[in-house]
Amino acid sequence: MENSALEKVASQVRRDIVRMVSAVNSGHPGGSLGCADFLSFLYFEQMNFNAESFQMDGLGEDLFFLSNGHISPVWYSVLARAGYFPVAELGTFRKLSSRLQGHPSTDKKLPGIRMASGSLGQGLSVAAGAAQVKKLNSDKSIVYTLHGDGELQEGQIWEAAMYAAANKVDNLIATIDYNGRQIDGDVEDVMSLGNLAQKWQAFGWEVLEMDGHHFDDIRLNMTKAKAMCGKGKPVVIIMKTEMGQGVDYMMGSHKWHGVAPNAEQLTAALAQLEESLGDY
Amino acid sequence: MEFEILGNKDTRSGFGEGLAELGRTNPDVVALCADLTGSLKMDAFQKENPDRFFQAGIAEANMIGLAAGMTIGGKIPYTGTFANFSTGRVYDQIRQSVAYSQKNVKICASHAGLTLGEDGATHQILEDIGMMRMLPNMTVIVPADFNQTKQATIAIAEHNGPVYLRFGRPVMPIFVKPDAKFVIGKADILTEGTDVTIIACGHLVWKSIEALAILKEKGISAELINMHTIKPLDVPAILTSASKTGCVVTAEEHMMNGGLGEAVSQVLSRELPCPQEYVAVNDSFGESGTPMELMTKYGIDTQDVVNAALKAIARKG
Repeated sequence: MENSALEKVASQVRRDIVRMVSAVNSGHPGGSLGCADFLSFLYFEQMNFNAESFQMDGLGEDLFFLSNGHISPVWYSVLARAGYFPVAELGTFRKLSSRLQGHPSTDKKLPGIRMASGSLGQGLSVAAGAAQVKKLNSDKSIVYTLHGDGELQEGQIWEAAMYAAANKVDNLIATIDYNGRQIDGDVEDVMSLGNLAQKWQAFGWEVLEMDGHHFDDIRLNMTKAKAMCGKGKPVVIIMKTEMGQGVDYMMGSHKWHGVAPNAEQLTAALAQLEESLGDY
Repeated sequence: MEFEILGNKDTRSGFGEGLAELGRTNPDVVALCADLTGSLKMDAFQKENPDRFFQAGIAEANMIGLAAGMTIGGKIPYTGTFANFSTGRVYDQIRQSVAYSQKNVKICASHAGLTLGEDGATHQILEDIGMMRMLPNMTVIVPADFNQTKQATIAIAEHNGPVYLRFGRPVMPIFVKPDAKFVIGKADILTEGTDVTIIACGHLVWKSIEALAILKEKGISAELINMHTIKPLDVPAILTSASKTGCVVTAEEHMMNGGLGEAVSQVLSRELPCPQEYVAVNDSFGESGTPMELMTKYGIDTQDVVNAALKAIARKG
């Protein structure tokens, strides 16, 4: 897909995000905006999937698991824009009886979601299990995950990291949203991750680093990551992003991690984001 | 009814045999273990199906997540570790990735309760039934002996949804027929009686069978129900029996809080209020000792079932 087309998707996704969280005065815009480019690329260029008739088992399809489930707005928007469900349904986000729960869930049967997430640190284990079953099923597809950088403070992530390398789960590409922020402040201050690339290398993973806001760099590294699959090691991409990317007053701080813009702030945000594909 | 002792074995070996049989008959069954393959008797499955066996190491949280992920693509994962590490240690993983996500994972838990014995209270979980039965979507099964554990292990593969299967370590008498059919949620009426209903699960079913003989000498006719499925509970079996006998004893190798007894009293208080006595551990951790010493000390032995029955009958008034 042309970069200009991807930029149109991402801009619309960002509009969806701020409108969704503002409408219910809750949700997590900061990390959602920061991952809008990556998820747009994943669903509009990278992955092979069948949005029209969603199958839980995903046989023959690439799978994606959102481990940091609180950035559900960006995932819901991308899923809707990719054709999993009507975009009008984005207007039900976080409302009573909605399929778009505050954090992703399977029990309301929203197409595109295969696992609940929200309690952090569980998605890498799930993805490793799903990836091993793909091998058992002789399915050559790839399993993708996304994690927050703060989420890496959870011990289960490192259990899964050790397991995936020890068992050569080499059809697994994990991406870290490396924005350096978490609820209480900068990751560096709350609990430093130290040398993150070296940590993953020491655990036995192939490590790539990319800029999560430039489609050329995303394409280059995602292509590399895919080429690394099947060679005995899982792959992790440390993706540098800016929390709140695309809305000037949200960037450069952790303050918009879990705070919704009010009506006035929403207007200011939307003025910076082109309505490229039509609002829901 | 006479109870023929068909042999003596541990329930965990019933799980091991059931899993091995599934390995031969159901290609979708996969198994995971957290460094306790021998203790869980999963060796045969591992040996015969190396590509479908996953060693998770001492990392139970990851094991539950792996199992949840393995359901995506049509597999039926059986996880194996001690009951303590199968529940309390991984409650949030089970809650979010298995129960809430409605994944077809079978959580198989050995060494449950006091009869783990000498290892002591760190490993003797007495809260697991409570934790698991509180989870929506979860089925909770506590089979009574070796044969029933084997039958239950095989039966749960046919049930699409999360299951907690609890069994243990000590060698105990086998009394369930090897060809009995295990039906989830359908209690076994072991004896019919008129004076008191004894509802037991797990190792306490055998203890209750022993209690029947003592009660019979005292001229008491007890109805014994093997409530192998704690959730969903066989409510008609409870009500039919209690309406006949007028009082109930529940017996389990578990904390009084949250266990079988509490589940039964929920039914009785709403549908058929009547005296109920509890044979269970009363708000206490265990300790080191032999399994049988511990059952006596913590009040879940044969004599405790007898005493509870006498008390329940006396309370009928």
